[in-house]
Amino acid sequence: MKKTLAVLLALVILVSFAACGEKPAVDTPAQTSAAADVQAPENPVIRLSTTTSVNDSGLLPYLLPVFEQETGYKVEVQSAGTGAAIQKAEDGNADLILVHAKASEEEFIEKGFGVERLPFMYNYFVVVGPKDDPAGIKDSADAATAFGKIRDTQNKFVSRGDESGTHKAELKIWGDNAPDAAADAWYISAGQGMGACLSMASEQQAYCLTDKATFLSMQAELNLDILLEQGEDMKNTYSLIAVNPEKIDGLNTAGADALIDWMLGEEASAMIAEYGVAEYGAALFYLLDK
Amino acid sequence: MDSIKQAFDLLFSLDKELFQILGVTLRMSFFSTSISCLVGLPLGTLIGTRQFRGKSFLKKLIHTCMGLPPVVAGLLVYMLFTHYGPFGRLNLLFTVTAMVIAQCVLIIPLVTGLTASFVESESRPIIETARGLGLSDARIILLCLSEGRASLLSVVLNAFGRSIAEVGAVSIVGGNIQWKTRVMTTAIMLETNKGKFSFALALGIVLLILAFIVNAAASWIVKERADG
Repeated sequence: MKKTLAVLLALVILVSFAACGEKPAVDTPAQTSAAADVQAPENPVIRLSTTTSVNDSGLLPYLLPVFEQETGYKVEVQSAGTGAAIQKAEDGNADLILVHAKASEEEFIEKGFGVERLPFMYNYFVVVGPKDDPAGIKDSADAATAFGKIRDTQNKFVSRGDESGTHKAELKIWGDNAPDAAADAWYISAGQGMGACLSMASEQQAYCLTDKATFLSMQAELNLDILLEQGEDMKNTYSLIAVNPEKIDGLNTAGADALIDWMLGEEASAMIAEYGVAEYGAALFYLLDK
Repeated sequence: MDSIKQAFDLLFSLDKELFQILGVTLRMSFFSTSISCLVGLPLGTLIGTRQFRGKSFLKKLIHTCMGLPPVVAGLLVYMLFTHYGPFGRLNLLFTVTAMVIAQCVLIIPLVTGLTASFVESESRPIIETARGLGLSDARIILLCLSEGRASLLSVVLNAFGRSIAEVGAVSIVGGNIQWKTRVMTTAIMLETNKGKFSFALALGIVLLILAFIVNAAASWIVKERADG
């Protein structure tokens, strides 16, 4: 028994090492020649506050090592729901943010915390649900129509309920028809992250609005299918905003600007357009026309 | 400072959702604590009073389980009650019942271990006298429990404290569902994730006030009974 356990443990450790080690080697274009003569910037640490979807989808772990190698900066990524991501920046704990909730972003800038909103990429939210689609939403024109059908048939629906970018997008789709979690038992306001909500939707055979990247990364463990995608009301735009140095002191503004310039540059754009193609057969993020 | 004011404003505003969450929290903690004590107090006393083979191994096992991370307890119970799990048909996942079960997994070892240690160190004279009088094991357990009630109260309150403050297990098996399985700790987590830090802290203060009231009431009851 002990032996088997030890062997299993060793295997798990080996596999995880292999998994960690392989990715960057395969995904990142060779930058080693440039790395040697890069001089470390004066303040090398950039604090990026972002949402879970960008980080959990693997996009940042894929992009940032290249940026770090080219510039000598070190990016510390804090990921949380959009609300918390923005609040951390307002508290002076981040140099820039990468989020996806237009109204909150505009408010952030209006309050003087952000310099400029730079939308640069987008993808689509998808509606996932039970494979047999009991509410029959599959051929809906857009998410609002699909939500209407779920509402009419009272099928279970799991909502993030955490004021994240995804939750705000969901509320926008419901519009004036937003269910009341207190009265409508079929509407489950989970107050958790995307992964936990998808697991719950799978358990309860409920519908859920999710970003595609998180769903694809978990699909193997979920008993759910993508039932609706690419409706006009499901577009999900990501923006970069540098925190305003006139409002908050002690920021690494040079670092934030360097990261923004790099993210909007050609190399990063090419990498973003390619991301996910090999693994899922389709890109997970699209670039906005400049 | 802002949070303290907010905490009292919240309490006095008689917010419907806050009181619903407090209700679920108390219901969960009451059942977790009661069940854990019903099992753990007699079990601990039994282990503490008797000598048997494998006793030191059993105690080590219990002490290890006292350090079980709540997330692990939550995962275990999640696996048992998941849709395709062995008890999936009971449909208990994401209910308060599942939260109580997960908490019992955590708290029963705590109560058992603390009670056993306490009985071993403090009740020896009682046990020896009782054995001398030829009392049955059941009588001895009852005697130890009643004689040591002040110390055992601290065991019970420990259990209650663990239950009411625990977040890892209950968020996994409860799911933090609004109007259903949301308790104070998961509500605090949620507000923290939303970035509403001062509101989250205010909820924390409300939770502390609740815990203080329960603790004070329990001590008062035991003191009254001892005096009366």
